Amino acid sequence: MSTRLADGGRLIDRTRKVEFTFNGKRFSGHPGDTLASALMANGQRIVGRSFKYHRPRGIVASGAEEPNALVNLGQGARHEPNQRATTTELFDGLAASSQNHWPSLEWDIGEVNAAIARFLPAGFYYKTFIHPRAFWKHVFEPFIRQSAGLGKAPDPKHTDPDRYEQFYVHVDLVVAGGGIAGLQAALEAGRAGARVLVCEQTAHWGGRAPVDGVEIDGKPAGDWIAAAVSELEAMENVHLRPRTMVAGVYDHGYVLAYERVSDHAPQDGVPRHRLWRIRTGQVISAIGAIERPLSFAGNDKPGVMLASAVRDYLVEYGVSPGDRTVVVTNNDDAYRTAIAIRRAGLDVPCIVDARPTADGPLPQEARALGIPVKTGTAIAGVKGIRGVVAVQLCKQAGEGAVTEDVICEAVAMSGGWSPAVHLWSHCGGKLTWDEAGAFFRPDPDRPPTNQSGEGFVVCAGASDGALHAGEVIKNASAAVSKALTTLGKKTAGNPPKATAPDEAALAPVWMMPQGAGIKKRAKMWLDFQNDVKVSDVQLAAREGYESVEHTKRYTTLGMATDQGKLSNINGLAILADTLNAPIPQVGTTTFRPPFTPISMGAIAGEARGEVFQPLRRTPLHARHEDAGAEWEPVGQWRRPYCFPKPGESKRDAVNREITATRSSVGLLDASTLGKILVKGPDAGRFMDMLYTNMMSTLKPGRCRYGLMCSENGFLMDDGVVARLDEDTFLCHTTTGGADRIHAHMEDWLQCEWWDWQVYTANVTEQWVQIGVVGPKAREVLASLGGDMDLSKDALPFMAWAEGKLGAFDARVFRISFSGELSFEVAVPASQGLAFWDALMAAGEPHGITPYGTEALHVMRAEKGFIMIGDETDGTVIPQDLGLHWAISKKKDDYLGKRAQERPHMTDPERWQLVGLETLDGSVLPDGAYAIAEGENANGQRNTQGRVTSTYFSPTLGRGIAMGLVLHGPDRMGEVLEFARTARDPDSNLRTVEARIVSPVFYDPDGEKQNV
Amino acid sequence: MSEIAVSALNGEEASGLVTLREMGLQGMVTLRADLSKAASAVKKVTGAAMPDRRAISAGKAASVAWMSPDEVMILCDHARADAIVAELAEALTGQHHLAVNVSDARAMFSLSGEAGVLKDVLAKITPADMAALGPGEMRRTRLQQAAGAIWLESETEARVICFRSVARYVFDLLAISARDGGAVGYH
Repeated sequence: MSTRLADGGRLIDRTRKVEFTFNGKRFSGHPGDTLASALMANGQRIVGRSFKYHRPRGIVASGAEEPNALVNLGQGARHEPNQRATTTELFDGLAASSQNHWPSLEWDIGEVNAAIARFLPAGFYYKTFIHPRAFWKHVFEPFIRQSAGLGKAPDPKHTDPDRYEQFYVHVDLVVAGGGIAGLQAALEAGRAGARVLVCEQTAHWGGRAPVDGVEIDGKPAGDWIAAAVSELEAMENVHLRPRTMVAGVYDHGYVLAYERVSDHAPQDGVPRHRLWRIRTGQVISAIGAIERPLSFAGNDKPGVMLASAVRDYLVEYGVSPGDRTVVVTNNDDAYRTAIAIRRAGLDVPCIVDARPTADGPLPQEARALGIPVKTGTAIAGVKGIRGVVAVQLCKQAGEGAVTEDVICEAVAMSGGWSPAVHLWSHCGGKLTWDEAGAFFRPDPDRPPTNQSGEGFVVCAGASDGALHAGEVIKNASAAVSKALTTLGKKTAGNPPKATAPDEAALAPVWMMPQGAGIKKRAKMWLDFQNDVKVSDVQLAAREGYESVEHTKRYTTLGMATDQGKLSNINGLAILADTLNAPIPQVGTTTFRPPFTPISMGAIAGEARGEVFQPLRRTPLHARHEDAGAEWEPVGQWRRPYCFPKPGESKRDAVNREITATRSSVGLLDASTLGKILVKGPDAGRFMDMLYTNMMSTLKPGRCRYGLMCSENGFLMDDGVVARLDEDTFLCHTTTGGADRIHAHMEDWLQCEWWDWQVYTANVTEQWVQIGVVGPKAREVLASLGGDMDLSKDALPFMAWAEGKLGAFDARVFRISFSGELSFEVAVPASQGLAFWDALMAAGEPHGITPYGTEALHVMRAEKGFIMIGDETDGTVIPQDLGLHWAISKKKDDYLGKRAQERPHMTDPERWQLVGLETLDGSVLPDGAYAIAEGENANGQRNTQGRVTSTYFSPTLGRGIAMGLVLHGPDRMGEVLEFARTARDPDSNLRTVEARIVSPVFYDPDGEKQNV
Repeated sequence: MSEIAVSALNGEEASGLVTLREMGLQGMVTLRADLSKAASAVKKVTGAAMPDRRAISAGKAASVAWMSPDEVMILCDHARADAIVAELAEALTGQHHLAVNVSDARAMFSLSGEAGVLKDVLAKITPADMAALGPGEMRRTRLQQAAGAIWLESETEARVICFRSVARYVFDLLAISARDGGAVGYH
């Protein structure tokens, strides 16, 4: 049983208590504990269940690499699954529960999976797809779905109530890792005057040097660490940030860091997490190394832990893993754990060392403390069902014949250390295999490179493969010198001297014992979370999944929430051995950010609710809101679709708005349409290139409807152009086209016609623009007073004028999208609200009616006017739409002209615009196809037309539609059959008949707009 | 005009780590021209020298902010903008240019507070280097998802401008960033 010792624990405050619950039971710990150390202190040996086999799981590690101790934290709206107990700082009131079991952690029905493990090896899931075929959907899938996943997903009806934010900084150097290597690098960089940000994922500085008894300049590491932190805190150009993990390294020196601002002390209103978005010149990756488990049968049982973790719990938290701990190792470093256990007054029955000899200083010290050291020895198996009760020993060279049993409560295992190379690898840094150390280390000749081709990440300390304390600081000093040299700065060097006992070489041990048979190999765990064993990797290789990336996916090795931190190297070593290939040839799988999981909240930052996205609102938005508008998204704008009166359906509102506008007067907020000024001596020439029309002949005071095509000939935007003066045009674009067309103009002016004298300005938001539309429009405007003559003679159709309308500065365009008498009035945006109010008041005697985008759409369709995005889809050209009149024959060139001469564009078989009227008066389905005889090469029914716009017209009392039809204009009066879709309420009728008619359904001679 | 003309958010305020205020009607004129050729005209009309790249220069009648190699923005009283456009047209007769009153196309905000806190609040929403930003520079940037610009009137007062249509989004963004409890302690 694990327990709290009477003294010890560098990080805990024994004078205070902290209360928490686990699975509803109340426990206590101390400030400074993690949830893991507190659970261990309270003797909680089993903390969860593994994913596939539901085997009981205990704490294995002491840091972020922990695969087993995953808990649900928090309740209700703050519930979050899969939190690592080892990185959860204990606070008063913390509520945690274990995962992946039913009905309870202790008695889990899922354990049956373990009993049938033989039938659930790696890849079993993929085989359920194969045979029997039908079983996958109805038998396997529902069952697997039910048991999939570890933690409980948050309830969808809850919204995360916590606050998250982001933060942008620019620095010269990011130091990832606050151990002695990172601190040394920060000191030297800070002294050299660089702007430095130091990020440490835990709440403490100094890393594992104090636990491992490192001495720096003759004194305990802790002293040096404290002094280093003091010096760094005093430097203005250095910023220390604890509880902040560097999550990812990206192109061009972009680095993400994840700050857990208040997870350790939750408080309303304080951000929970903060995502640092950093642009840096160089990165020092000093994130240490991760200890490897040893692969022996039973290595997944609760009580089996990493050797370094055991001494972390002893020294940092004063927690013992058990009275008797067997240490099993292939290296000298693990002896530190045995020594620490003895010094704490507990028992180490023996140290099991797979190597033939162990005569280094640390093994000698262990022997001197009376600890038996058994070399050439291995663990054959672990006894105990709910946790370790004893281990069985054997010869490492053999196949596992048991030589003796050793009673113990814990096993501290060490297979050696792997430098943490993640940050180096994220942006393309390559690795090299260090044969002597049996680990992958960064290849300094192949770093991740920045925009100038320079390496921008340098690894330091254990992260660089300098595992021995004596090398760590020296290595860090060299690393920061290299990084700063690339920045054009110089470090002074002169690092302090770190000392630790020498260590003899490790012996790579990828399986224990080396000749173990299949029964043992099926119990040697590689991935504790996803339940992947040595036998699974060997099976994958035998089934042909020889690439390490395939083996990973087939077995799910390394695909759990711990991202393979403990399983990666052990797994690929087994694969290499099975393939009889050297380890460097097998290689590693791709390291991807984040280094450890970060919250979705941090990624979203503040972007939720009202600020989820920047909604664009016209100055009249509040009026539309008050009038009960149904909103329609048009890009990021919100425009009123219609204004239903209380109790009115949308359809009825639209019909009412249309009828009111055509019979009296309607009001439209047209402010979102693009307004672009084009000015200069070459403006006319420029306009002639942009539009299909001849725009340079447009006279000041007049307007012309124009079409804009892409270079490829396709119709991309339309709008009315007004000539303001000799040198100046005002172009209107569609709402969605405003920014796009402005960019299009600037693109051609800057990149192609850079010697033409033209300036543009996007003035879309400078003016509110309101359509006053209908037979009473002139009366309403005139009643405002002012100095403008709005009569037919003074302001004819397609002219514009400016002056005062009442107190308002107005520019009035006589243009019509509805076919009615129509004035679009532009006033400065600051006057927009007051102007709208004045129009509503002036129009009241005439029943003035605000109308929305749908009424707008229907009215223009009644007149056969095209709509960009309905009649166009990126493949349609003006000639398809009968708009030959808008295409100048006199111009030598315009954007799209040559493209429109290509055979595909002049093909008479291209479908042409027509109107469509159903025989029964119903509304044709949107996008419906007109069918033709026979089938095409794909076995699909031939088509001869499609619907591009379709509405109910209250003006005509029937459905109307526009569409593109083969030889359409030549087939007036013909009846076509349009296919119904499955969603059509009358879909059983298969087709609906419609007659080809002129697209101008209403007022074909255009009399109404010309008054 | 004051009764019928209003700014985007009508002087709305919020307080927290810093004080946020929408600054009401502001005058802005966009001038596109060959900046070196137009320098004397600009000086005549505004009293300000033509600014260098990203700089703001102050004059008696207005300030002039560099926007791009061929564009400056003139900041003035709302009521003066039309007159400035007219005076520029006069002074630049014969010179290819475009001057237009864009006073109503944007919203302007002021943030005031302690120097470091002010920069921390802004650093939450702009990827521009706030540590390197000093008075006299206008930094065009994005404010999370919207385009905008920032400058420091002094170490303790910043100005933020954005397009009028996203005034509500940017105000809310600034208010959220300045909310109490969110101190960063970096700048």
